[in-house]
Amino acid sequence: MIRNYDKLIFELSKEGRTGYSLPKNELKENYCICQLPDNLKRGVAPELPEVTEFDVVRHYTNLSNKNFGVDTGFYPLGSCTMKYNPRLNEEIASLPTFAKLHPETPASLSQGALEVYYNLAASLSEISGLSAFTLNPYAGAHGELTGLMIMRAYHEQRGDTKRTKVIVPDSAHGTNPASAAVCGLQIVEVKSTANGTVDVEDLKPLLDDTIAGIMMTNPNTLGIFETEIPEIARLVHECGGLLYYDGANLNAVLGKCRPGDMGFDIMHINLHKTFSTPHGGGGPGDGPVGVRAGLEHLLPNPQVKRNSAGHYYIDTDETSAGYVSNFLGNFGVLLRAYTYILTLGKENVKMVGPLAVLNANYVKESLKNEYYLPIEGICKHEFVFDGLADKSTGVTTLDIAKRLLDYGYHAPTIYFPLLFHQSIMIEPTETESKETLDEFIAVMKLVAKEAVENPDVVKNAPHSTPVRRLDETTAARFPKTTYRQLKE
Amino acid sequence: MSKIIEGLFYAESHEYVRVEGEYGYVGITDYAQHELGNVVYVDMPEVDDEVTAGEDFGAVESVKAASDLISPVSGVVVEVNEALNDNPELVNSDPYENWIIKVQLADAAETANLMDADAYKALINE
Amino acid sequence: MKYFPHTQQDIEQMLAVAGVGSLDELYGEIPQQLLFNREFALPEAMSEVEIRRFFEELGNKNSQLVCFAGAGVEDHYSPSVIAPLISRGEFLTAYTPYQPEISQGTLQYIFEYQSMICELTGMDVTNASMYDGTTATAEAMMMCVAIAKKRNKVLISQTMDPKVRRVVETYAGYQGVVVETIPERDGITNLDVLAEKLAGGDVAGVILAQPNFYGIVEDYSGVAELCHANKAMFVMNAKPSALAVLKTPAEWGADIACGDAQTLGIPMCYGGPYVGYLACTNANVRKLPGRIVGATTDVDGKRAFVLTLQAREQHIRREKANSNICSNQSLMALYVTIYMSVMGYKGLKEACSLSYSGAHYLAERLVATGKCTLVYDKPFFNEFAVKTSVPVTKVLDALVAEGILGGVRIADDTLLVCVTEQRTKAEMDKMVEIVKSL
Repeated sequence: MIRNYDKLIFELSKEGRTGYSLPKNELKENYCICQLPDNLKRGVAPELPEVTEFDVVRHYTNLSNKNFGVDTGFYPLGSCTMKYNPRLNEEIASLPTFAKLHPETPASLSQGALEVYYNLAASLSEISGLSAFTLNPYAGAHGELTGLMIMRAYHEQRGDTKRTKVIVPDSAHGTNPASAAVCGLQIVEVKSTANGTVDVEDLKPLLDDTIAGIMMTNPNTLGIFETEIPEIARLVHECGGLLYYDGANLNAVLGKCRPGDMGFDIMHINLHKTFSTPHGGGGPGDGPVGVRAGLEHLLPNPQVKRNSAGHYYIDTDETSAGYVSNFLGNFGVLLRAYTYILTLGKENVKMVGPLAVLNANYVKESLKNEYYLPIEGICKHEFVFDGLADKSTGVTTLDIAKRLLDYGYHAPTIYFPLLFHQSIMIEPTETESKETLDEFIAVMKLVAKEAVENPDVVKNAPHSTPVRRLDETTAARFPKTTYRQLKE
Repeated sequence: MSKIIEGLFYAESHEYVRVEGEYGYVGITDYAQHELGNVVYVDMPEVDDEVTAGEDFGAVESVKAASDLISPVSGVVVEVNEALNDNPELVNSDPYENWIIKVQLADAAETANLMDADAYKALINE
Repeated sequence: MKYFPHTQQDIEQMLAVAGVGSLDELYGEIPQQLLFNREFALPEAMSEVEIRRFFEELGNKNSQLVCFAGAGVEDHYSPSVIAPLISRGEFLTAYTPYQPEISQGTLQYIFEYQSMICELTGMDVTNASMYDGTTATAEAMMMCVAIAKKRNKVLISQTMDPKVRRVVETYAGYQGVVVETIPERDGITNLDVLAEKLAGGDVAGVILAQPNFYGIVEDYSGVAELCHANKAMFVMNAKPSALAVLKTPAEWGADIACGDAQTLGIPMCYGGPYVGYLACTNANVRKLPGRIVGATTDVDGKRAFVLTLQAREQHIRREKANSNICSNQSLMALYVTIYMSVMGYKGLKEACSLSYSGAHYLAERLVATGKCTLVYDKPFFNEFAVKTSVPVTKVLDALVAEGILGGVRIADDTLLVCVTEQRTKAEMDKMVEIVKSL
């Protein structure tokens, strides 16, 4: 029944139906919108659906049934940290005392909201070992861009205008180079060693007075901790550059070591990964950016501060790297993350990393006979297989991913990192139980067995999902991106 | 086995140029189209744009990849293959027939920096 | 800890499989000096009961005021069905739709969102949404420069919300793009100066607001022709809720439309999360950043939706991408999609009508107090600027004392006042009485 639902909201439309109710316009007679000059009014009516409230409820409920979330089942999507999203966070974020607050409310009348911002920023500083945080950036990529703006502003304000290049590892996510380019920086790639870490010998000759800094994750995209980080930090600082920490993998080390202590100068955190705010189908998230002591003034405006009397106020700094958002970030997301940190408390924040790493190693060790593990040893919060161990079946990583959907799992991240041809990147997170992992391991083994005994069933998967494999070529050659185009 | 045509000049980035008098027809090789998969879009320059050997002049997109087009020669674009706007898949069906841009060559001697069919064959068989 | 499922026995069994003796050993390769060995300076874990009390107390430190503030963020009616629907775990806890077979819910609502945004703006195509209106406008600026290729100057009107302008200027600054301001004249863009600047032949794009920061509906007749004659893109930052009534960006001849869709029912929530929209003509779709969903079929011929035109995106184009945006503000796009579904064209128009009537009533009454004058004599929508004969801070303080947020101070003697369908005549009359008494 549910699976067969395939209507668009437009296809439920019937002329004359309504789903809203508004008060009567008692001022209409003397203050009619019809007085607006005709040349400022739209000519053609928009074709929006005409549906009842009940139509809307049923439609979107049915649509939700064609979706898979963390609430639905295990979601081992590498580098995305799909942990449990507590409902308490949602409840707190919808408190009317916050939800109904206009951002232009004077600071004296929004002390509660400013206190949330200030204390969350302070908590992130403590957790990451950096001096100060802005919570204004809206997402991880946005935080990255903001962090690079800070890096550039730092050099430029020192009159060091030659530094226009940023080093990224060849294993980096595509967003790193894209962020650098949007920030007006050129990319220089540094090679990885055979075990996937930054090749320090390859790095050395790249370091000169044109280098603004280096962007790294630690652990890196392979889930390997960069143990050479103190040496890398020394080298980069010695050449006058700054170290940027991409917080995508912060969950791995949460409570065990801090980017600030590793020598990083600037970092972003994805609240929707590490601090359990829901991914929302792609957003909203939030991408706080932290800096070490001495760089605080560069954080984007507006900035939230506290005076000696304990009052919070909004400040702007003329030497800031600039403005990157409408106001103070996705405030509703900040409330959720702060709720999560307070729920964990200092005693449990320390356990996040170790339990996430335990889960990853447990899955890795349990599957390494069936799947090819290119880098042996203890991983951090995630790890990468390079396809099946048995390379003779013709079954690809894409096939395995699709077959997992049939068994009720979200697929891992696939074909990333690019260092391997058949990457399967698995990140279980700390909120999954041993039983869930055992069931997943059993299914992964079953798929590996199917690949040998009945490869076609894997190659043609999925079979039991609301739709099956899609024609992406036609979608891209002849894009139909609206209902109007679809009808044509 | 990718098709390679005698008499064309090839670049390491898998573009070819077919020289006819003062003009060069630039496209991507059969090997390149095969590696890319189903081409869905070709981003082309405009007529009268200048292209420089070794620099990009556009891009070819497949469903999940995009590859810059690096010009093997320098000169001025005198024609772009408009048919590719509506039928980008032509690049897949016959990449040598369906060139991407026609260039008025600034320096015909530049082709000396490119590979001939045998050298290109050796490159892609590596 | 209720979020950790591990029993002591689980941990021991799992450590054995992992081949290590303790949780600490999992970090054995990390240099000793990098390990964090002290207690965090954070509060101890709080129970749900304590958390609720904690945030209720914090929330009570915020004043609950009747809102006449706007300046880009407005207090609109939000139908009751939206919150429970977007809170469904299948929507809320999914990530970006990498596996389309189990993400048709997300993909379809984005397709519906795209369809509705295009209906409202009149544009051909839009992406799956941006973070907010300021960043959407910055991305529009970047599109202009990418499309123009060799030009790196954009013009932005002084009548644009300064919050938008400063984000555009920040982004531009790091890219070596020059942003020049088109000055205002009597509260509207000085089109003569615009023409002069365009004549320089080096402008990639022109960014104008509708309605503008002062709530004025500007007449942009001839602007598109002027821009196009000078090979510049015309970008319009338009308030989507007002587009149920106002001439659309497409009708004005804009190449790109952008803005913040907060006014489509999204709670103000102290500045976010909201959702930005970015739409353009078909000719520019390849330069449109971010996610786009398209319709297709599956192997059985069934209609389905999928992320498309992905080769433009950051994860493939890397440093060649026009933008670094990875995902979209998906759940908030769902929010406004449901809002537009419930409201329909009729509901949107009615909300506009109520807001317009209220704003014009309030403006007239405030002027009648003798304490305020309208700054500009121009057609406005649901927001207007008044000069006050007493300092604005004094006006605002007096109103706050009676539970009213009277507007946004934009100069020492100028107040920007916004009225939505949520404001009653009684609330407006009360505000007028207070102002009169000053």
